[in-house]
Amino acid sequence: MTSDTKGTATQAKPPVSSRFHASNLLREPLLGPLVALVIAVIIFSAVSDSFLEPQNVSLILQQSVVVGILAVGQTLIILTSGIDLSIGAVAVFGTIVMAQSAGANGPVVALGATLLVCVAFGALNGGLVTTLRLPPFIVTLGTFTAIQAATRLLAGSETYRVSPGPLTFLGTSFKIGTFSTTFGVVAMLLVYLIMWYALSQTAWGKHIYAVGGNPQASNLSGIKSGRVLLSVYVTTGVIAAIAAWAALGRIPNADPNAYQNANLETITAVVIGGTSLFGGRGGVGGTLVGTLIVGVLRNGLTQAGVDNLYQNIATGILVIVAVAVDQFTRRRSSR
Amino acid sequence: MLAVGSVLMAGSLVLGVTGCSGGSGSDKVKVGLITKTDSNPYFVKLREAAQAQADKDGAQLIALAGAFDGDNEGQVTAIENMVGQGVKGILITPNSSTGVLDAIKKARDAGVVVIALDTATDPEDAVDATYATDNKAAGVSQGKWVRAAIGTAAPAVVMLDGTPGGTVDTFRHDGFLEGFGIPNNSPDIVGQESTNGDQTKAQTAMENILQRAPRINALYTINEPAAAGAFQAIQSAGRAGQITIGSIDGSCTGVADVKAGKIGATVMQFPAKMAELGVQAVVKFAKDGTKPSGFNDTGSELITDKPMPGLPSKDTAWGEKNCWGTAGS
Repeated sequence: MTSDTKGTATQAKPPVSSRFHASNLLREPLLGPLVALVIAVIIFSAVSDSFLEPQNVSLILQQSVVVGILAVGQTLIILTSGIDLSIGAVAVFGTIVMAQSAGANGPVVALGATLLVCVAFGALNGGLVTTLRLPPFIVTLGTFTAIQAATRLLAGSETYRVSPGPLTFLGTSFKIGTFSTTFGVVAMLLVYLIMWYALSQTAWGKHIYAVGGNPQASNLSGIKSGRVLLSVYVTTGVIAAIAAWAALGRIPNADPNAYQNANLETITAVVIGGTSLFGGRGGVGGTLVGTLIVGVLRNGLTQAGVDNLYQNIATGILVIVAVAVDQFTRRRSSR
Repeated sequence: MLAVGSVLMAGSLVLGVTGCSGGSGSDKVKVGLITKTDSNPYFVKLREAAQAQADKDGAQLIALAGAFDGDNEGQVTAIENMVGQGVKGILITPNSSTGVLDAIKKARDAGVVVIALDTATDPEDAVDATYATDNKAAGVSQGKWVRAAIGTAAPAVVMLDGTPGGTVDTFRHDGFLEGFGIPNNSPDIVGQESTNGDQTKAQTAMENILQRAPRINALYTINEPAAAGAFQAIQSAGRAGQITIGSIDGSCTGVADVKAGKIGATVMQFPAKMAELGVQAVVKFAKDGTKPSGFNDTGSELITDKPMPGLPSKDTAWGEKNCWGTAGS
């Protein structure tokens, strides 16, 4: 799937470190999504007076938190040319564990238990992908189905209301000047910042790009692909736990039926953000922009009085455009 | 080059879609409608009726929905965006009776009147008013009819429920048993399954139950798709006509099934009425500040061609005139 493109592992470096050249700029995966975001913002602020109000901008950020955090994990996995269909289900399982054990053992144990469970699911996915060499799509399709059912079993198909406290901390709002936002938004930006740093500035990050861009070459150059892959799935488990925490901040109600489409929504954000589904190309910066584009579209189209089926048509077309752009630039750069 | 081109395309798409929606910057009263999903004809009927009423009253309707049953996040986002948009009132069929309460409170604090349609919130006074079917009463009339229809035979009841713990599901379930005259733990209940109100799941559940408890003679179904699935299983097992099926909803497909004798009786509810009353209440609030209040029953009717003495009902001819959706197969 990936052997036709880049020749060596060293070529598959993260784009953030590339130097400025006009021709490089056109190949810069972040450029397209960023321009799309700016255009959308300009159009919506022309259509609606209230669109650019700080309160509305804050709202879009808050609405992006859960899917935005999960999309970081999805980016890591897609960079390794994998895909994670179970990511939302893991987080929802996490919310139920958190709500249930908070009642019995208090919030600290609850947060710890959630982290443990989500990491265990990540390790399970990663273990199956690396040791049995199964395709990630199949592995996570299986765990997605099983975890969703396990969530309903665990919850007895009931919802659990969470009382305000440490578990809803990420939903607490605070003010920077006149701009009011929540700690969940800060958490999301922190996750992006940390993962941006890890991907672009550490050996681990470079290995992820190498494994995703060309597994054979990276193996030959001494990178332990299995270990890198496993670490990516475990990290995604940690990120799912953070998303679970943020989800209870956003809606203090652990519901086994929630976030059923989170897996597809994260893939949408990653793809619109310019990360290649073939692995090795892209990054979390694009994913943040992709997440915001989806949030801006939904909010802006509502402001403009557009019903939600039309909103979904717009998002769907955007995904196809994004992948078309990715395919086109791939073909050009491999020429 | 193409990258920039496609971005421009995406941009013009946004403009295009915005353009279709027509004039949005008018001083019309804006009314928001948030349904559970937009994949169910029941909610389509609700939206069409709300749109018709809004047109009549010179109001502008914005309709949003959750992506699936249980999509609290989608509904919360819809509420927030509508408040930001400056709606006077929001009509909502909450996906979870508790999941959207915080967002509703924020909307009400911002001066928006919030009305629950079809499904009440828990607690009920989390919204200004509720326009809904009294689902308990609808369950009771289904139960009474099924009990009367099986006559003197010893009851062996199967319950095809919706989603365990769901508000509406619980009301209908408990109402049926009350009307039927047996308690929840009665030995007369020979089988019980969750179907999520889905025809395929109901068929599978019924096939399995018929294997396990063949002497069943009375069947409760959460809605008409569940009844249709169950009938399919019963017919395949060669038991058609031996099991009395009761249901709730009043869709045109369901009424057609009653007419064809697949379902014994169904209890019709009136989504159009909920939407009309809801839009009217918001428009009135915008005009003179009067807020609606309390639980308002929009009524239900027992539809059957086999009326039972002492149970008021309408026949399927009346049902066909007043049903919602279009009759399939």
